[in-house]
Amino acid sequence: MKLNPMFKSLLSVIVAFALLGLNARPTQAGEMWITNEKDHTVSVIDTATLEIKATYNVGLRPRGITFAKDYSELYICASDDDAINVLDPATGIVLRSMESGEDPEQFALHPDNRHLYISNEEDALATVLDIETGEAVAEIDVGIEPEGMAVSPDGKIAIVTSETTNMVHWIDTEKAEIFNNTLVAQRPRHGEFSSSGDRLWVSSEIGGTVAIIDTATQKIIHTISMQIPGISDDLIQPVGIRLTSDGSKAFIALGPANHVAVVDAKSFEVIDYVLVGRRVWHLAFSEGEKRIFSTNGISGDVTVIDVDKLKPIKTIKVGRFPWGAAFKPD
Amino acid sequence: MLPRTCLLALVVGVFLVAASGTASAQQGVEAAISYVRQPTERPAVLSNLDPIPVDEGLAGAVVGTDDNAGTGKFLGHTYSLSVFDLDGDGALVPVSGPLNTPGDLIVIDAPKAAILAFTDRPENKSRLIINVRSQDIALRDTACRANLLHTIPSHAMRADALTQFLLLRGWDDLVMIRGRHPVDRAFAEAIHGSVDKFGLKIKQTKDWVADADLRRTASSELPLFTQGLGKHDILIVADETDDFARYLPYNTWLARPIAGSEGIRPVAWSPVVESWGAAQLQARFSESAGRPMRPVDYAAWAAIRTFGEAVTRTNSADAATLRGYILSDAFELAGFKGRKLSYRDWNGQMRQVIHLVHPRAVVANAPLPGFLHQRTELDTLGLDMPESACQLFQE
Repeated sequence: MKLNPMFKSLLSVIVAFALLGLNARPTQAGEMWITNEKDHTVSVIDTATLEIKATYNVGLRPRGITFAKDYSELYICASDDDAINVLDPATGIVLRSMESGEDPEQFALHPDNRHLYISNEEDALATVLDIETGEAVAEIDVGIEPEGMAVSPDGKIAIVTSETTNMVHWIDTEKAEIFNNTLVAQRPRHGEFSSSGDRLWVSSEIGGTVAIIDTATQKIIHTISMQIPGISDDLIQPVGIRLTSDGSKAFIALGPANHVAVVDAKSFEVIDYVLVGRRVWHLAFSEGEKRIFSTNGISGDVTVIDVDKLKPIKTIKVGRFPWGAAFKPD
Repeated sequence: MLPRTCLLALVVGVFLVAASGTASAQQGVEAAISYVRQPTERPAVLSNLDPIPVDEGLAGAVVGTDDNAGTGKFLGHTYSLSVFDLDGDGALVPVSGPLNTPGDLIVIDAPKAAILAFTDRPENKSRLIINVRSQDIALRDTACRANLLHTIPSHAMRADALTQFLLLRGWDDLVMIRGRHPVDRAFAEAIHGSVDKFGLKIKQTKDWVADADLRRTASSELPLFTQGLGKHDILIVADETDDFARYLPYNTWLARPIAGSEGIRPVAWSPVVESWGAAQLQARFSESAGRPMRPVDYAAWAAIRTFGEAVTRTNSADAATLRGYILSDAFELAGFKGRKLSYRDWNGQMRQVIHLVHPRAVVANAPLPGFLHQRTELDTLGLDMPESACQLFQE
């Protein structure tokens, strides 16, 4: 195509302005890493363009995913390899694998940036792994089918939820011992501490509720029930939870209800339900908590939600059965 | 399993560590569960493939007991399983476990007549008994008993699951072959009832009479046998003793799929169920039993877990307390079927998803989309409150 010089220069001005416009937007630069449970891959989404920028092969049945505090390494539970993969986020190459105990499903990184607390789903164990040495430093007997794992912001407490035992086990991280158990509703999947550490949110998938537990007493102080018109109550199955760091909002993935509930984290009232893809598992915020990404297992995609407007912005196709999500800023 | 004293010591040890907060109020409950079994008489079948395991049912109860102990060890609750054989005269023979006679919490694995004779014994009136074997509809209807719950789905629940699937697919031109045993007739009757309920019709029902050894002659006998069935979308077969239906696929006159006891089957459980965490239960079961998990194993697992869940939440092993809790709205059990399990308070039947499976995969799960109910969609399967003649659950 031939363009006249005048038009050409006009075009370049327009392009320049457009680029300027892009730069002027609040920065969303970064990467959202997604584990694809049935593809043995991770998908990397560019959070500025909301396009897939890379897909890397990892171990078998990747589920839990988290970055080192300085983002120098990425850790992935390769459940069917009984291993934790350590990836170089710059290249997507698996640098090494650490033995994790059988069937690692979820894990949480201690604030010391050195110890991973891992739930071993098929072994009724929690394993504490030293990342520097690659050795397990403790194994703790917990209930049947442990899944949800979280470490308190001060690092003193780790919790694990066991799905068939229906409990939150409270672990003293110094002693590597359980110091209390809290009975919750059926099939607890995930636990999330508030940024202050004084509350623990726990989702019960089959119970259909989220319990707010006081960290100091380990007692349930409130239970959130959710209802969506036109959707059977027993299909509202909460799994992943994320809390904004200012303590204002909670986002709860509702599984086969295909919605994310938005909850006022102070009054515990449900503010809204955002429609996402099918069987939504887990959630992660991108830069500045402006957006939250949901992994939609059955539809094999990720929904990007605007946190202020509480509207879905885009759906991005990833691998088969996306499970976990973790954000890395640029 | 650990010896009981050792288990107790373990429980005490864990309890000392865990002695504060929520858990501390609950302690010292011993739930002794009895598994009472009477082998179901099995007529001879054509094929020697797929023998029924001798521990069918009990193997599920063993895994359920381990699962209960997993919760119990943090709460100071202990569980035991005692096994009894029930002979034809009603005599009980202890087989294993700490009890010499059955206690108040009983799982029964027996045919309908033996279940009724057992539940009607005076000493059993105040006990809580869960049926894991008989799918007989009358036990949930005119022959219900107030002390008897059911985790195994009824023939009616399975039939309704199949009919919903046929309706959803629009495969509504139906014919049937039914076997000659009472259980075949019962399943066939349930399918007829279900098809009627949902507004469909079975155009023709043919009785299975052939007595040839089909391992040699299926390919010549069955096309002829099915030739007279006329035009249809799908052939339903009621062969609950697993006698002849395995020879039907690819041996029919018309190229049509098969449903019911062969082909696509409505079942309480199957090794192909893997979603909703089912893979974990399948793995625990096959590790423990050394074989895949069958529907009666699942029913026994669910019965034991029902007792366990009720003990956990009520902090009691008293039969009346547990019965009240199990039949209340508060009861819910995660059963790896995608929806919570609960009990119908009008006849004691456990609500559950019915899986529609073929040998290699789950095809669909009932209740199917679009079958609605004011209480829960699970109540579109089997006898709903107005349909059941059972009055004994009304306090």
